[in-house]
Amino acid sequence: MKTNDLILQTTTKVVVFIILLFAVYIFFAGHYTPGGGFVGGLMTSGAIVLLLLAFDLKTLQNFLPFNYIYMIAIGLLFSIGTGAGSLLFNVPFLTHAFTHIDLPIFGDLSLHTATLFDLGVFLVVVGVTMTIIQTIGGDE
Amino acid sequence: MSLLHLAIISPFLLGILVPIMYKLLRRIHAGWFVLPLPIFLFIYFLSYIPITSNQQTVIKSIAWIPTLGIDFTVKVDGLGLLFALLITGIGSLVVLYSIYYLSKDKEQLNTFYVYLLLFMGAMLGVVLSDNLIVLYTFWELTSFSSFLLIGYWYDREKSRYGAQKSMLITVFGGLSMLGGIILLYLMTGTFSISEIIQQSNGILTNPLFIPAMLCILLGAFTKSAQFPFHIWLPDAMEAPTPVSAYLHSATMVKAGLYLVARMSPIFAENGLWVWLVAGFGIVTLFWGSFSAVKQTDLKGILAFSTVSQLGMIMSLLGIGGAALHFDSINDSYFSVATVAAVFHLINHATFKGSLFMVAGIVDHETGTRDIRKLGGLMHFMPITFTIAIIGTFSMAGLPPFNGFLSKEMFFTAMVRVLEIGFFNLETWGVLFPVIAWVASIFTFVYSMILVFKTFTGKFQPEKLAKKPHEAPIGMLISPIILACLVIIIGFFPNLLSNTIIAPAVAAIMPNFKVDVHISFWHGFTTELFMTLGVIVLGVLLYKTFPKWRKVYKLFPEKFSLNRLYNSILDVSQRASRTITNRYLTGFSRTYLLYLFAFFIIILSTTLFVKDAFIIKTNNVSSIHISEAILALVISIGAISIIFAKSRLTSIILLGAVGYTVSIFFVLFRAPDLALTQLAIETISVALFLLCFYHLPKLKKREERMRFRITNAVISVGVGAIVTMIALSAHSNKLFDSIAQYYVDNTYEKAAGKNMVNVILVDFRGFDTMFEITVLAIAALGIFGMIKLRLEGGKKNENQ
Repeated sequence: MKTNDLILQTTTKVVVFIILLFAVYIFFAGHYTPGGGFVGGLMTSGAIVLLLLAFDLKTLQNFLPFNYIYMIAIGLLFSIGTGAGSLLFNVPFLTHAFTHIDLPIFGDLSLHTATLFDLGVFLVVVGVTMTIIQTIGGDE
Repeated sequence: MSLLHLAIISPFLLGILVPIMYKLLRRIHAGWFVLPLPIFLFIYFLSYIPITSNQQTVIKSIAWIPTLGIDFTVKVDGLGLLFALLITGIGSLVVLYSIYYLSKDKEQLNTFYVYLLLFMGAMLGVVLSDNLIVLYTFWELTSFSSFLLIGYWYDREKSRYGAQKSMLITVFGGLSMLGGIILLYLMTGTFSISEIIQQSNGILTNPLFIPAMLCILLGAFTKSAQFPFHIWLPDAMEAPTPVSAYLHSATMVKAGLYLVARMSPIFAENGLWVWLVAGFGIVTLFWGSFSAVKQTDLKGILAFSTVSQLGMIMSLLGIGGAALHFDSINDSYFSVATVAAVFHLINHATFKGSLFMVAGIVDHETGTRDIRKLGGLMHFMPITFTIAIIGTFSMAGLPPFNGFLSKEMFFTAMVRVLEIGFFNLETWGVLFPVIAWVASIFTFVYSMILVFKTFTGKFQPEKLAKKPHEAPIGMLISPIILACLVIIIGFFPNLLSNTIIAPAVAAIMPNFKVDVHISFWHGFTTELFMTLGVIVLGVLLYKTFPKWRKVYKLFPEKFSLNRLYNSILDVSQRASRTITNRYLTGFSRTYLLYLFAFFIIILSTTLFVKDAFIIKTNNVSSIHISEAILALVISIGAISIIFAKSRLTSIILLGAVGYTVSIFFVLFRAPDLALTQLAIETISVALFLLCFYHLPKLKKREERMRFRITNAVISVGVGAIVTMIALSAHSNKLFDSIAQYYVDNTYEKAAGKNMVNVILVDFRGFDTMFEITVLAIAALGIFGMIKLRLEGGKKNENQ
């Protein structure tokens, strides 16, 4: 019997963006409110998993042509690179720096290298979750 | 580094060169490269005789590990020089003999001479070292090189057996000796033998004195093949005959004697030492000579004969130790035993070396060493026969050979035991001369068997592999030289007395003025009649040997020491295998059982020994109703997991527990944790379900977990212990938390308001970095496990 996933797929197309937006929000808000790279990453992969459930592995591969193992490596590079970058300024490993910037529309913003570190965490978590789910799911 | 050090090291250095020369000059027998070294060393050591005969010693020292008091100190005194001369002298002869004995084309000569040189250097190191640790190092090197030499024909099973046996026994003794050395160091604070001797009076009453003595004696007894450790020596006869002649008659087996002699000034003040050394010696003497008679292998007879003669020297050293009690009397009356020991040591090296070489010649020229097949060789090998006659008669203690002189002195010493008025020697001491006399009769009998069964009687050509003929002259040179020494020492014993024997005796008994004079004829004394009795009874026993041979059947093989040794090996192997199999079951549940059991035992013992279990309720917050309900829910969930019938129920209950935990996080105000816990719990339940779905169809049975009382006890125990520790840790808070710092500085220093996240990425970002690395490794591991399957895996799946 051929199944018809029209409702699921249509809903997914709408919901995925909401989840992704929420994930990005959680990621960026992490420094001030609950959240951060880890939960943000999990949430993002949750969105991708939803896509995976609604469609299938092949469609997803066309849709999001990522190699998630590279994503893990890039994430690790971000985290370690942020840590190592502080060595250039003659301060101990993993010393973060931040500045406050006053932008016309957004108001007071702080730019923080910890965000780059958290971006590494984010990428690693997404990469790890997706690698695990894809390898197990793709296995016969 | 002095010339003396170089002399000890030189064999090792030459050992490096031998394989190279062997490969380069294939046409020349490798032994010729080796031969000059022992000769040169012999001459070099001869040059020390003028020094030592004036009772002087030469000490040369270089630092090795000065911080531990271990220096490579070489000391040449009378005793060391005597042994050095034996080692190099007989070493030269053995190398010469081996050149003709071992075939250039059939044998791996390079390894043989490397091992032999290794042994020679190690042996020189043993007898010339003044530092006990250095001595021990060389001691183990002799065990090791002897192991290599016994196993020289490693493709034979008996060689390997003999090598292993000698290794096990001598290393066992060697390690015990190391223990003794360390105990001596604890008592005196030095490893130097001369310094220990100077302090020897102070340590007599030390509680470590007796253990140290026993340990050292164990080392000496195993090395010198004393009863009951003699069993390795007959099996070591699987070595090539030059090796047997060198190691197992003249040098290595005397290392134990050397050690006893060297340690006498330290230990012999104690009666136990005298009794142990003399007692084990005399028992060995008797047992060795008694067992030698029943052997049918030429080298077997010689091996047991060596055991017996070593026992004789050992017992003499023991009795000689008793003389140390007469500090006041400067009389050589009691020191005759020590003189006899040293004298017989030399004599034994000469005649036993020649006899082994004779046995090797017979083996080489007829193809067998079995005396039942041999006979009537006198006409084919007149020179060998002459040498054998000289050697055996000297061994049996007949005039005019040197063995006669030392045997007379041996009897003298044994008879005088009765006059020593302490250590109970005046009563039980009577056993010594009696056993010694009986043993001498057996010595006579096996000596006669050795020479007459081989060389006289009926010639049996049909039993021999080869047609017998006289050995080549090169093979005969060494035994001829040794036989000549037997006669020369026999006729002119005083040649050696002042040059070699007196300094050696002086080294063993430092406080004595010893006047060594060995007289050939000393009148009609008890000893002479004892010797006459030995000869008469010995001849009688030899003539009637076939009739009383049955005596040996009375001692069935079942009770022999070899059986004991084999069964000890067997039993220990089997026992350790059984024990290992018993606890290494291969089931991880068993190992977890051990882990948790030890966890409980160690932690509960600590808790109760330290009296650390305290409950204080003054720092406890109040319990809210929602917390109580959640606790009830989580407990019901956790307990139901254990009793769940199906796995699916367990998985879902586990999920319930996880979500309840996240609600706990919400209640205890940890939003980050709650978020993460929710997400992670969802993923892990999904993975569990995946695992559940893929369980193999084969043998899939929905079955409840079986109840085991030990598992229940242990799990309850672990839970109780952890709870108790948590309670006492909470009640024992010693310091305030450092959390206030984070509260104060999260915004000030890190520009963040979410303290958890700031700690994770900023204050303690290092941890996070490696946690994401852990995640990455886990993902790659899963990817690898699933994607990379080797061929074998596929095959298994198909089956």
